[in-house]
Formats: sequence, structure tokens, C-alpha cells
Amino acid sequence: MAITSVLVANRGEIARRVISTCRRLGIGTVAVFSDADADAPHVREADAAVRLPGVSPAETYLRPELLIKAAAGAGADAIHPGYGFLSENAGFAEQVAGAGLTWIGPPAKAIATMGSKIESKRLMADAGVPVLAELDPDEITEDQLPVLVKASAGGGGRGMRVVRELDELGAALISARAEAASAFGEETVFCERFLATGRHIEVQVMADAHGAVWAVGERECSIQRRHQKVVEEAPSPLVERVDGMRERLFDAAVRAASAVGYQGAGTVEFLADERGEFFFLEMNTRLQVEHPVTELTTGTDLVALQIAVAEGAPLPAERPESRGHAIEVRLYAEDPAQEWQPQSGTLHTVELANTVQFGLSTQDSGIRLDSGVDNGSVVSVHYDPMLAKVIAWAPERTAAARSLAGALAAAKIHGVVTNRDLLVRVLRHPAFLAGDTDTAFFDRHGLDTLSEPLADAETESLAALAAALADAERNRAAARVNGRLPSGWRNVVSQPQVKVYDSASGTHEVRYLLGRSGVTVEGRDGVRLVESTMDSVALEAGGVLRRFEVRRYGALVCVDSPLGPVALTAVERFTDPSAVLAEGSLVAPMPGTVIRVAVAEGDEVTENQPLLWLEAMKMEHAVRAPADGVVAELGVSAGAQVELGAVLAVVTPTS
Amino acid sequence: MTQLKSTVDTGSDEFAANRDAMLGKLTEIEGEHAKAVAGGGEKYVTRHRDRGKLLARERVELLVDEDSPFLELSPLAGWGSDYKVGASMVTGIGVVEGVECVITASDPTVKGGSMNPWSVKKGFRAADIAAQNRLPSINLVESGGADLPTQKEIFIPGGRTFRDLTRSSAAKIPTVALVFGNSTAGGAYLPGMSDYVVMVKERAKVFLGGPPLVKMATGEESDDESLGGAEMHARTSGLADYLAVDEKDAIRLGRSIVKRLNWRKHGPAPELSYDEPMHDPEDLLGIVPPDLKTPFDPREVIARVVDGSDFDEFKPLYGNSLVTGWATVHGYPVGILANARGVLFSEESQKAAQFIQLANQTDTPLIFLHNTTGYMVGKDYEQGGIIKHGAMMINAVSNSTVPHISILMGASYGAGHYGMCGRAYDPRFLFAWPSAKSAVMGPQQLAGVLSIVARAAAQSRGQDYSEENDKAMRSMVENQIEAESLPMFLSGMLYDDGIIDPRDTRTVLGMSLSTIHNGPIKGADGFGVFRM
Repeated sequence: MAITSVLVANRGEIARRVISTCRRLGIGTVAVFSDADADAPHVREADAAVRLPGVSPAETYLRPELLIKAAAGAGADAIHPGYGFLSENAGFAEQVAGAGLTWIGPPAKAIATMGSKIESKRLMADAGVPVLAELDPDEITEDQLPVLVKASAGGGGRGMRVVRELDELGAALISARAEAASAFGEETVFCERFLATGRHIEVQVMADAHGAVWAVGERECSIQRRHQKVVEEAPSPLVERVDGMRERLFDAAVRAASAVGYQGAGTVEFLADERGEFFFLEMNTRLQVEHPVTELTTGTDLVALQIAVAEGAPLPAERPESRGHAIEVRLYAEDPAQEWQPQSGTLHTVELANTVQFGLSTQDSGIRLDSGVDNGSVVSVHYDPMLAKVIAWAPERTAAARSLAGALAAAKIHGVVTNRDLLVRVLRHPAFLAGDTDTAFFDRHGLDTLSEPLADAETESLAALAAALADAERNRAAARVNGRLPSGWRNVVSQPQVKVYDSASGTHEVRYLLGRSGVTVEGRDGVRLVESTMDSVALEAGGVLRRFEVRRYGALVCVDSPLGPVALTAVERFTDPSAVLAEGSLVAPMPGTVIRVAVAEGDEVTENQPLLWLEAMKMEHAVRAPADGVVAELGVSAGAQVELGAVLAVVTPTS
Repeated sequence: MTQLKSTVDTGSDEFAANRDAMLGKLTEIEGEHAKAVAGGGEKYVTRHRDRGKLLARERVELLVDEDSPFLELSPLAGWGSDYKVGASMVTGIGVVEGVECVITASDPTVKGGSMNPWSVKKGFRAADIAAQNRLPSINLVESGGADLPTQKEIFIPGGRTFRDLTRSSAAKIPTVALVFGNSTAGGAYLPGMSDYVVMVKERAKVFLGGPPLVKMATGEESDDESLGGAEMHARTSGLADYLAVDEKDAIRLGRSIVKRLNWRKHGPAPELSYDEPMHDPEDLLGIVPPDLKTPFDPREVIARVVDGSDFDEFKPLYGNSLVTGWATVHGYPVGILANARGVLFSEESQKAAQFIQLANQTDTPLIFLHNTTGYMVGKDYEQGGIIKHGAMMINAVSNSTVPHISILMGASYGAGHYGMCGRAYDPRFLFAWPSAKSAVMGPQQLAGVLSIVARAAAQSRGQDYSEENDKAMRSMVENQIEAESLPMFLSGMLYDDGIIDPRDTRTVLGMSLSTIHNGPIKGADGFGVFRM
């Protein structure tokens, strides 16, 4: 039953990924989009697109009936669920099949079985797959600690708690149940031993309807933050090191898949210790985010195989061989230094030089890019903040790490704070290069150090100078008169030109004079201006010539150089007094929804007292009183949608 | 198109010596400029800053567009007088929101910004430039008013200031006053006569008579704020159109006013795709010899000033002590007259008269590059009609209505100064190089003439003529005339608009031409009767 057109019931990079393979195979594509995604790249790339009215996932991407209707309306005869959303929803898989459409995924029963962590673990144990013993939450003893509380229906770290002290267990169970209930509609939780320094190893499996089951290859995804994978690679450094581990691992994965009559692409996840002992964690009955590392090491298009299997075709006779090493990093719009706070805004530019988009081979550059965004994309608060995956392949692991770090460091990412600098620091870390990766990597090596910007204070200062000189060029080019006269020319010189930029680390005041003999900069001797345009400034400092690429978006000035990226905000020469905020004004730290207000106008408040709560990016943020005082103004009420920087309340301090 | 070739040997000893001499003079002038910039000196500057105020030049720098050029005018006004160099005032042409404006700022660190006779002259010159070139003006006011001991030189002529403001307004050239501090008595008419007035809260003080005078006149008790505070003028009298919260805010408001002037230049726009000169302007330092007796080829200057060094010479084989021809400077078409060997003969005079008429025929601005010792004297020349030929040139220059710009590169002596559009012939701008000298004649010639006349007088009276006294007299006269011919002296007298670094000539011409094109460019319909 040949598929002619696929509806991709997803968004972002995975939607583009599926569309890319379909296009190569000559299969038609249908995208779906929420109102927030109307201009998203996946919508533009598909042959047809169907609107899902609303913004929240519950209104849109999580509505099986709308998706099936969209497929029918746009003439799709198959549905690919991507990952997340409804990809592991057995009910949806059944409905798709019931509507006469082809489901590009495993049988609904396999999804359902593996969806229950408790049930699946029992089944795996029966099939001879090593599992961590399930512990009864009510009978945990001191020497079983630490334990991990997990939601049975969970995933993505939600509903998960680590308990190290027995008296914390009760509270952890309550909160894990509540979170599981709200996230998955199912409050069952269970406990198991917590391996604090384990390695996360998983095996990609692929099975057809004719009984063939492949263990395609393993991946290691040990470097995680808050149980979210950040760096993933194939093969696993641990598996490479321990003799015979791969055979045992593959055997266990094949048993797991076979035990549930699996078909299509799936991933069996294990937790391993340093000696190579491993335990079954769960099986993900879908294509994984990190599937590209397997594709690059095996040269296999897993999406194409998924489609072939869905069409009833048998897998090829030979399982693909693995060669070389691939590493993937997930580029998130988040600030690792601010407790991974998700970021939103307009991503003005995202540029990685010489990458292959969704390619199976990385060709000369060695870099593959699976990106859900384009220049100008708006990163909203509604969905996962992952922007793109960047994947490197090389014959050796260290070479892959080096080229990936290099590509990331040189990438132009403007408009939104990302974890890019952290990723580069991880990829260049001696422990990472030595293959010493485990789930506690950030704790062990210090998030403070790892999340430091690549650009140091000196780089920031040079970047501010470059920004000033580029802005000077921009001003000259935009001048209505005398545009080609020398910049800032004076017949009587009295003072330098002044430009001020704010950065995350402080304020830079650049005082410079351009003259016949180049530039003179206050407080900086021995700097030579070699060349400047509004986009690029070549400066020689300390006898070394470097080029700074400068891009400006409104007040935002992004300066990229081999010394590291710097984001600056140009400070206007003048401020309109009517635009100045009253003292004690509290502004929204990000766009979001006011969910609760605890005070009223006229209330006396104490320093740090929470006044109201804002929900953004699925997290609650308390807005607190900056000082003891009185609530002079309260401009919002519960339910209000607020923009970044909106004044929420004004607290007049009592002096 | 004719691209000028250069024969300057930048490696020669002569070039190096010329350059050293020029750099020496530039250093001297920089020193004098620094005096003007220092204003009233450290003590008063500190006091002013301690009051939270910006210096005059800081106000100007904030007012003009970032990274735009600013041409300060008459920076050495009052040089050699009893007053501080710069005459307690900053004037210049700056670009505000893309509009070229004449900016005037009193310097409150010099005697509270009070106006002395040189300040008044400097202000007049700025007002002339605004009127002739149709430039909006912005007045940054903080002045104690007239310097009372010299009121006789200020009060009566000074009334022109207010007349100029309203005439400018009537000519549809807007005037803006930003009041930072005192602007009282007569000074109150500065905002009073301006189209737009911004006053700084708690700083501006604008009234005809202060509390003591009011008390004496009517017995009324009052205070500064109720008589002339910014709040009062913004809310009650209506003299202030905008109330600024501080100095920076006043400048912000000033800029926003200019932005909304809907300003259009009346002259033709320049061609923007021009080439920079093929020869390095840096060489201009070594081209002019320190001794003006040695002539230099003005084409070497033109080659370093005009676009692409492209100069089409007119009548190259006739009257070749004067070079005439066409070029563009920063995209503006110009005709150039440049003295080549100092002396103007009948041929040169007639050539100039024709060339000036041609420029008027095609509405082309003219640039005069001075290095002349005057019209030729002597029997043959007088008999050849040098007076009437010189008169033709002066007639043409006087009645030409295309804009003129004069640059004094070297000598500008005698009637040659007139024929080449000297100060009295109202060039739109006149700038001097540090090497320039101007007087009725050279110091030695003048001393020699006096000596001959004195000797003849003694002879006719039958008296002995003391050679020793003659030598002393000649030396004294030579020194005096030399000193009074120097550019700093002439600049101090406001006989030029400033002394410029020769390397900046192209930039200064570019700015001047762009300024001039705010007004229409129109050649004369007729001239005086040319004596044939």
C-alpha cells in the first residue's frame, strides 16, 4: 500500500525533517500549524498546510480528531507523528488506522504496553532484559536511598523526583503525582534505585512486519540537564571501551522489541554503570530527537525506513554497518546561567556556515543541521525552546567534537539567548574529550564555569569598540547630507564621539576619535583600525589583527569574532522623560500570563514578598517586592497576558 | 575629463622643509584652538560642571548627529584682543537630524557667557551665514548679556541680533532657542524672537528685569522663578514652547523640533558617485613654500582637492598666471580660479572676468584659491590698461551671484585680494591656510615705499635723511605689517571664517558647498558696465 502523501502531525525541526525525506522520496507533504506557527518554516516547506485554530498544544497539536480531519481534507493517506505531542499516544494510533490512514509508527498495542513504565518493566524482566527492581514507595528503606520517583506515564523528566533522605519521600511522591496528573492525566508513580552517576545508553531498533528486528546502533546521551538530553553521540564511549557490551546491549534491545511485537523505529533506553552493567529504563515508541547521530554513523535514513515499514515492506537483508563517530547537540533558547530559564523573542539570525540540512552525509563540512527555525523566526513561550540540532560526523570522536565546537562557536545566533556557549565548553572539556560523560556532568564540572560566556571581558570591550565603529559607518551611510565626508570630522577638536552599549556583564562607554591617523580610543592604547564597514570591523589589538562581524537589529548589536559572540544593546543618546519608569516599577521579566495576584493597591508589603505570579514557558515566576513599601499601582489582574517589560505593579518604598 | 598629473617630489629636501614649516604653523594654531576650547579655564569649567551643566561644546556635540562632521566658525575670534580667544561663544555648522544648521552657543565659563564686541561680530557672521545660505539656526543660550564696560561697542550694533532672528523667520528659515540658563534683559529677546523656544526646568531664567530692578522700578517684591522661570514661561507666559527636564532633554527637544521642520534644500543635489582625488591630500603640507616669494603650481593643490583629480582647464594658454577651470568637489560642480605666479596682468584679469561670467551663465559656484601679490604695476602695464582690466575682474566678482568660496593659500595682497573675492566681496565662506598672508602689500614693499616717500620728503625739505633711523623704521614697519598680515591676526579680526589644515581643504569645501546648496544657486542676469 504505497503512501502518496504524509501529514506530519508535528511542528518545528522534526516536521521539517520528515518533510525533507518525503520530498526526496517523491511523497507529498501536509503540514499542520497552530496560530503561533502560521509563519513557521515547516508550514512554508510543506506542499499543503492546515490550520489548527488556537495556540496551546491542547488546542492544536494534541487534537487527534482535528489532525485526522486535516489529513482527509488535504488528501494525505498517512500520518507521521514526529516525536512528542501524540507520537506515543496509542489511542491516536488506533484512530488513524480507524480512519483508513496509514500510521507511520509502531502498533498501538506496543505503544500502550511500553507507555506504562510499570507494566513494561515487568514484561522486560520476563523477556530476559535486565531491569532495575521496582521499589514499593511505601516500603523504601534507608539503605535503598537514593531513589528515583517516576511517573508511570511520564517522559521528558516531568513527574520525576530524586529522593536522598527518607523524610523527603512523602512530599516528593505528592508533588510527582500532581505533576504527572497535570502533564499526562495519570498520577501513578513508582520508585527505583537512583544511579547518581549513571550513563544513559540507548539502542535504536528498527523492526518490520515480517519479523525482522535490527539493533541499528547505540547512542549515549549521558549529558543531561534536568533529565533533558543536551549532548548525544554514537557510538557510546562507554560501549566502545567495555568488551562485549555492545553485543549484550543489542541482544537486550532486540529482545525488548520482540517482546512487544514491535514494528518501525523505536529506542530502548538503558542506564549503565562504568563497568558496563546496564538496566532497562524504558522504550520510546517513536523516532527520537537524537536519531541523526545514528543516521550519520550508519548512512541510513530512518524516516525513509519508517515509511517503508509502514507500507509493509521488509527491511533490507543487511543491517547497516556503523562507521566513524557522530555527536549531536541541542541548541536551546535558554539561559543556563539563569537556572536554564527558557528565552523567547525574535531570532533575527541563525547561521551556521556550510552545513547540510537534514542530510544523511555531512560531506566536506562535517556538520548537519536539523533546524526548526529560520532568520526572523519568533521563539514563542508556547512550545519547547529547542531551536535546532547541530550534528557533526568525523572518523574519530575527538575530531567530531572539535569540528562541532568550532561550528557552534562560529555560528551567528542573534536575538535570543541560547545555550550555545555552554555546548561549546562541554565539547571542548577534557573530561568530555576523554569520554568521561555521565548524567552528573554539569554538577561534577560546575555549571558556573561551563555556562560562562565564551567571550571574556576583554573581548566584550573590543566588541563594544567594533560595534561603535560599525555604527559610525552606519550613521555615515544613512546621513542625508555630507555622507561621504570623514566620520566625526572637526576642524577644532574638543572631545571624542561617545557611544554606550549595555551587555549582560555591564555598561561599555566607547569614547573614540577618528582622524587622519586612524582611531584613538580613550582608555585603550595600541589599537589600530585596519578597516571598517557597517557590517565588519578589522581591529589590531596587542599586535593581533582580528575581524569582528557586526549586525544590528534595532537596539540589539551582535558582534561575532573568533574570540566569541557578544550581544550588546545600544543605549540611546536621549531618553524621553515620559518613557522613564516610575521608581519601584516592577516589569514583566518575560512575556506570559498573570496567574495569581496576592496584593491590592494600597497594601503594605515587605521586601521580597511575592506580589503576583506570572506563568511563562510552563514555569511559574514570582514577582516580588523590591523593598518594604506600599503598592502604589497595580496594573494587572489574574488572567492578563503581558508583554516583556510591561509594568505589572509599582511599589513605593517606605523610607 | 582631464586627470591632473603631479610632479611633486615628496622625497625632496625642499618638500620636507616646506612640510616641517607648515606643521610648525599648524601646531601653533592648534595651541590657539586649544585656548578657545579651554574656555574660561579649569576653575570656571569645574564650577560649571559642578552645577551639573554641560560645557558649550558638549552641548553642541550632543546636538549634532552622531559621527557627522561639524565645521566650527571663527574659532579664533578676538585673538590678539583683551578678550579670551573664541570670544566666549561657539558658532558653527552642524547637521541636526539630517538638516544643516547654524549653531550658536554661548560659553558660560568665560565671564558667564557675556558678549564682548568680538562675540557680537562673531554672532553677526554666523547670522550672515544662516541668512545667505538659508540655514535654520539653533541658539544654545546661557549668557550674562552684554559686557557692560564695552557696551558702547555692543548696545547699538547689537540690536541687529534680534532683527536677524525675525527676518530669518520671515524668510521661512526657522530659528530655535534652547535656553539653558540666564537670558535676561536684552538677552530675553533671543528666545523672544525665535520661532521655537525650549527652556530647561529650574535653570532657564528669562526676564526683562530681575527682582532688584523690579523692586526699584515699581516696589514689587518678586523672585527669579516667578519673573522668568522655565515652568512659568511654559505654563503661564507661553514664551517657552517646551519644558525640558534637564539640559540633555532640552537638546533632545531641540533635535525633535528640527526633525519636524520638513526641511528641503533649494540647491541641486550633488552627484554621489564621485572618486576621491588620485593624489594624496597629505602632500599639501609640502607644496606651499614658507617664503611666499617662491611660486607654486596651484594645479598641485587642485589635484588634491577635486573629485578624481579631474580638472578641465579653461584658456590654459592665455593669461597663464591665473589658472581657471571646471571640476567637482564632493559631487558639486565648481569653477576654480587659482593664482599661479602671484601677479595678475591684463590677460589674467580679462580671463577671470570671462570665466566668472561663464560660471554665472551655468549657475556654477566658484572657488578662489588665493596666492597673489596683486595687479602688475609699471608704465607698460598702466598704458596697457591694467586698471580697467582689473576693474573688469572686480566688476565680475562683485556682481556675480553664484556662491563664492575663497581659500587663502598664500599671499593675498593689494587689489588682488579684491579681484580674487576677498572678505569685502562677500564670499559665502573664506578660509585661510596657516601659510596665508594678507595686507595692502608685502611688509618689505610697504616699508620700502614708506622709506622712499620719507626720503623724498626729507630731500624736499632739504633735511638730512638718517640711514640708521630709516633702517629702524623699516624694520619696525616690516614687523608690524608682517604680524598684521598673519592668519591668526586676520582670523582674530573675523576677516576669515577660520584657519584650516590644508589637508582638510577638500572636507571644508565639501561642507561649505553642501551648506550653500540649502539656498538656490543662481547666476547673475547682468553685470556692471565693463570698461572696454
